[in-house]
Amino acid sequence: MDVLDEKTLSELAARVRAYPYPREMVVDVLRAIQERRGWVSDEGVELAAQLLRISPLEVEEVATFYDKIYRRPVGRKVIHLCDSVCCFSRGGEDILKHLEKRLQITLGQTTPDGMFTLLPTCCLGACGQAPAMSVNLRLYGHLTPEAVDRILEEERREVSP
Amino acid sequence: MSREVPRVLFANRRPGLTASLAEFERGGGYRGLRRAVAELSPAEVRRLVADSGLRGRGGAGFPTGVKWSFFPHDAPPDKYLVANCDEMEPGTYKDGELILADPHQLVEGLIVSAYALGANRATVFIRYDYERAACALERALAEAREAGYLGEHILGSDFSLEIHVHRSAGRYILGEETALLNGLEGRRPNPRLRPPFPAQKGLFGRPTNVQNVETLACVPHIVAHGPQWFRGLARTPEGAGTKLFGLSGHLERTECFELPIGTPLREIVEEWGGGVWRGRRFKACLPGGASTPFLDARALDVPMDFTALEKAGSRLGTAGVTVFDDRTCMLRVTHNLISFFARESCGFCTPCREGLPMVRECLARLEAGRGTLDDVDWLKEQVPRINLSFCALAQGAMGPLSSLLALFGDEVLDHVGRGRCPLGEG
Repeated sequence: MDVLDEKTLSELAARVRAYPYPREMVVDVLRAIQERRGWVSDEGVELAAQLLRISPLEVEEVATFYDKIYRRPVGRKVIHLCDSVCCFSRGGEDILKHLEKRLQITLGQTTPDGMFTLLPTCCLGACGQAPAMSVNLRLYGHLTPEAVDRILEEERREVSP
Repeated sequence: MSREVPRVLFANRRPGLTASLAEFERGGGYRGLRRAVAELSPAEVRRLVADSGLRGRGGAGFPTGVKWSFFPHDAPPDKYLVANCDEMEPGTYKDGELILADPHQLVEGLIVSAYALGANRATVFIRYDYERAACALERALAEAREAGYLGEHILGSDFSLEIHVHRSAGRYILGEETALLNGLEGRRPNPRLRPPFPAQKGLFGRPTNVQNVETLACVPHIVAHGPQWFRGLARTPEGAGTKLFGLSGHLERTECFELPIGTPLREIVEEWGGGVWRGRRFKACLPGGASTPFLDARALDVPMDFTALEKAGSRLGTAGVTVFDDRTCMLRVTHNLISFFARESCGFCTPCREGLPMVRECLARLEAGRGTLDDVDWLKEQVPRINLSFCALAQGAMGPLSSLLALFGDEVLDHVGRGRCPLGEG
């Protein structure tokens, strides 16, 4: 599979041409690549560099900085469980144990079927709904072990109908 | 719920809904902008904001009028206005709530502020995890353009403005304004050396004003109703305006409320927060986000205002109030907070990159009951050292640490004495 499809590539190229400073689009380009492939490969970094007319190193130092740009393969869905103070104080650690048990993986790992990657995250801005997690761009709050089971099932079903 | 409170920023807030342009206008929306472009010069708008006593809602509490007085409004374009919606400090979620409830509050705030500053380009920097808010904002921007509030010749005036939305990809340091500017430029988001300040050389080397979302949203209300009205919203004489308080932690009700500046902490905890959960007692809170020093129960009557909280040894910060009940081990909480700051360090300067992980390991030892009195002394020595860091991130981390040692020193020593957590969590 190509890093980007023709249509997205030409749209991005057009936007880059319209910007006085192309490199300001680096996060947008990396996110677009990630949306298609799930993560940003070395080829993705090189493509972004060509598009933005900067060096691969300049792309890499941005790509590796951000939490939610993945430079290694991830599952089809990435679970980010908040471990900051508000979620921590309302049972976040128990939710982590439950997720690890259900998915049979630990933080940083991907399930053998390639469905879920489990990662920690700092505060999701859902402190009033603690404990909270995100699955890709979808936010889930007020987590309980039962709610987690339901969410995993729904998220799984969404991919494989 | 208890007493009547003024509703300014949350006037159109309905559970689970986002206010449309029509709803915003029905509530008096865009009156501030109409008044500004039709009746007031940019200098007059700046004067109103200075007189209103508005202070930054993003954490530092710097007077907005003073900040604006440093901005070279007469400089040739481009001049930038940036809304900071990174909002990644644990305990802080008010800006996300505001945009989701009523995105035009921010849009009008940006337009009026850009008019006042002479800025011709505006950007909203929004964090990765606020995708729903980003979408709500983009719809609001389209509505505003359609209605002539945004774009070329706003409301038939000579003033033109475009607003862009920049979606980030997640790191706390981007909330630091110079790191944010590097992020917007597509550079690695380490903080920049100051001077030059962003007002002189900011985005792409041009004059730039970076402002918190809530701060911007206050501006049109000040223009529409006047600085005296705004001052009168507060419950303390030195305060001004309302404030969005995001409640979290061990409370019965963990929601975001708009309350007058100066509302006593006790009222926030007991009335708005519904009291400490599970019938337990209040032990401590972070009054304004993860970087503000803890307050203990002796501070419950403090008015939640910038000056009063400084006198009480903490800060209003972002007014994200995180409460801890009497079964909480404060050493464990501090360990969690320091772990956050250590992970979010950008790695640029040594006190932060090396110091915070060392503090984290020391706290872990103490928490597990393996710490010594030397460890406690060592922790105290780190505070002034880590405060030498390049930017405010590590200094923010020292807020909880120094207040742990000051307010809960006995609890820390108890861990050493007993060789375990005295609260049974270790």
